[in-house]
Amino acid sequence: MTDHPMLRLEHVGLRIGGARILGDVSLDVPAGEMLGVIGPNGAGKTTLFNVVSGVIRPTEGRVLLDGQDVTHVAIHRRAAAGLGRTFQTSSLFPALTVVENVRLVAQAHAGGATSVFRTPRRTDAATTRALETLAEVGLEHRAEAVASGLSHGEKRKLEIAMLIAMDPKVILLDEPMAGVGSADVPALTEVIRGLHRGGRTVLMVEHHMEVVLGLVDRVAVMHHGELLAVDTPEAVMANPTVQSAYLGEAV
Amino acid sequence: MSTVVLLLITGLGLGALYFLVASGLSLIYGLMGVLNFAHGSFLTIAAFLGWEVGRRVSDGTWWGLALSAMVGLAVGAIVAAATEYLLIRRLYERHIEQALVTVGLALASVALFEGIWGTDPIYTRKPDWLAQTTEILGAKIPNDRFLLIACALIVLGGIVLFLRRTRYGLIIRAGVENRSMVTALGIDVRRSFTIVFAIGGAAAGLGGVLASVYYGYVSAHLGSVLLIFAFIVTVIGGLGSLTGAAIASVLVAVLQQFANFYLAGTGDFVVVVALAVVLLVRPRGLLGKVA
Repeated sequence: MTDHPMLRLEHVGLRIGGARILGDVSLDVPAGEMLGVIGPNGAGKTTLFNVVSGVIRPTEGRVLLDGQDVTHVAIHRRAAAGLGRTFQTSSLFPALTVVENVRLVAQAHAGGATSVFRTPRRTDAATTRALETLAEVGLEHRAEAVASGLSHGEKRKLEIAMLIAMDPKVILLDEPMAGVGSADVPALTEVIRGLHRGGRTVLMVEHHMEVVLGLVDRVAVMHHGELLAVDTPEAVMANPTVQSAYLGEAV
Repeated sequence: MSTVVLLLITGLGLGALYFLVASGLSLIYGLMGVLNFAHGSFLTIAAFLGWEVGRRVSDGTWWGLALSAMVGLAVGAIVAAATEYLLIRRLYERHIEQALVTVGLALASVALFEGIWGTDPIYTRKPDWLAQTTEILGAKIPNDRFLLIACALIVLGGIVLFLRRTRYGLIIRAGVENRSMVTALGIDVRRSFTIVFAIGGAAAGLGGVLASVYYGYVSAHLGSVLLIFAFIVTVIGGLGSLTGAAIASVLVAVLQQFANFYLAGTGDFVVVVALAVVLLVRPRGLLGKVA
């Protein structure tokens, strides 16, 4: 355990034109924690994710990944530095097979020789890693299927497998249950729980309240671009401010 | 019947040339969004240098031709990779400027070639067998058509193997589908850009040498003519699709041959009409991805 949090947001703010999208968000996520981010539509949850992953630069404040200031680091460098995320829109390559999708990520993060003509044989490190990762999310039997033919739930599993293959320090899951049939929710929940058990630091935006509250260590509640509360699920549910601002109007 | 066979096989031979140019155009556009107007110049310089080396070592023999082909492949790859590295890369994500640079390069290089090799076509010699014909179903087919078709098939197979079996092939296929997502996954695609240019340039370079066999001459304008049809082929096949480029090459060239013969030399016109129809009915092309 290091003395700094795995992810730290310091007074992060974002103004676009005159509008304040995010205001003074400060948050520490210790290594190994799973944090849920909830809030009504338009509360700034996805914007916060975009700021953390580098899609959007904040106009105020800093983002620190494992103690390093990454506020102005480009998105692909941030990904290479250990920040993996999923998107609300699918981040798969539909025409590639399942194992190719994962190998694409695995070979980039495995390092080693980068000869142009090095062929990925069945036995090479990236393919082995890809197959292991697929086994971890329970998708190894679909390895040779083309990704576009997967069910919604399987696609989400594949996206998570791609994240695992990056071996990131922090994983951002943006609405992992979106579009997933209720029958697939328990299995996917188990996959996400597995991420956490593996000691990974996970941030998750999710509307599905039971899923969030059942999985995470702490919940961050956002409202109008501000952080309303960060606490355990039980404490957040009992928090009167949260209830009036969010849960009251949502339920 | 013999006319149909002749037109068909000649169309396939011409389609082979189109494919050698269009394969690179399609991959480059698919991965990088660059319309490479300089692609014809890669072809022309490779044709000239291939011819210069081949004729000095052994003019009009198979050995000379093989040497020309190897020089053409190498020159095409090197010139294309250098173009990407020195010019295109500096204009990353600025598509208008990229197009302008390649247009400028195309115009300047044609003028340069004319300055070096003159404005008239220079007639070339080819191995005797290629100048003869083979009779198939009553049609006398010039033998060079078979060489063109065989070379295009080998290039198609080679590129497919590269895309399917190598780590960069995988990155390129993924990048053609969704480049920003490849970047978001922390993968550096810049090296793949250079590789795609080199592969496309090599194919075009081989196409240049084969075009000089097909037409019987080299000229500073060899690339410009083929480039126009290769662009049409690329759009009809679907930008970014190698298979689409292969199918469209054959369709366009065969259509062109038949229209030239049966519709009073209107081949080029019919091809442009076909392009218009595809753009109206199916703007993404035969096998293109949905934009």
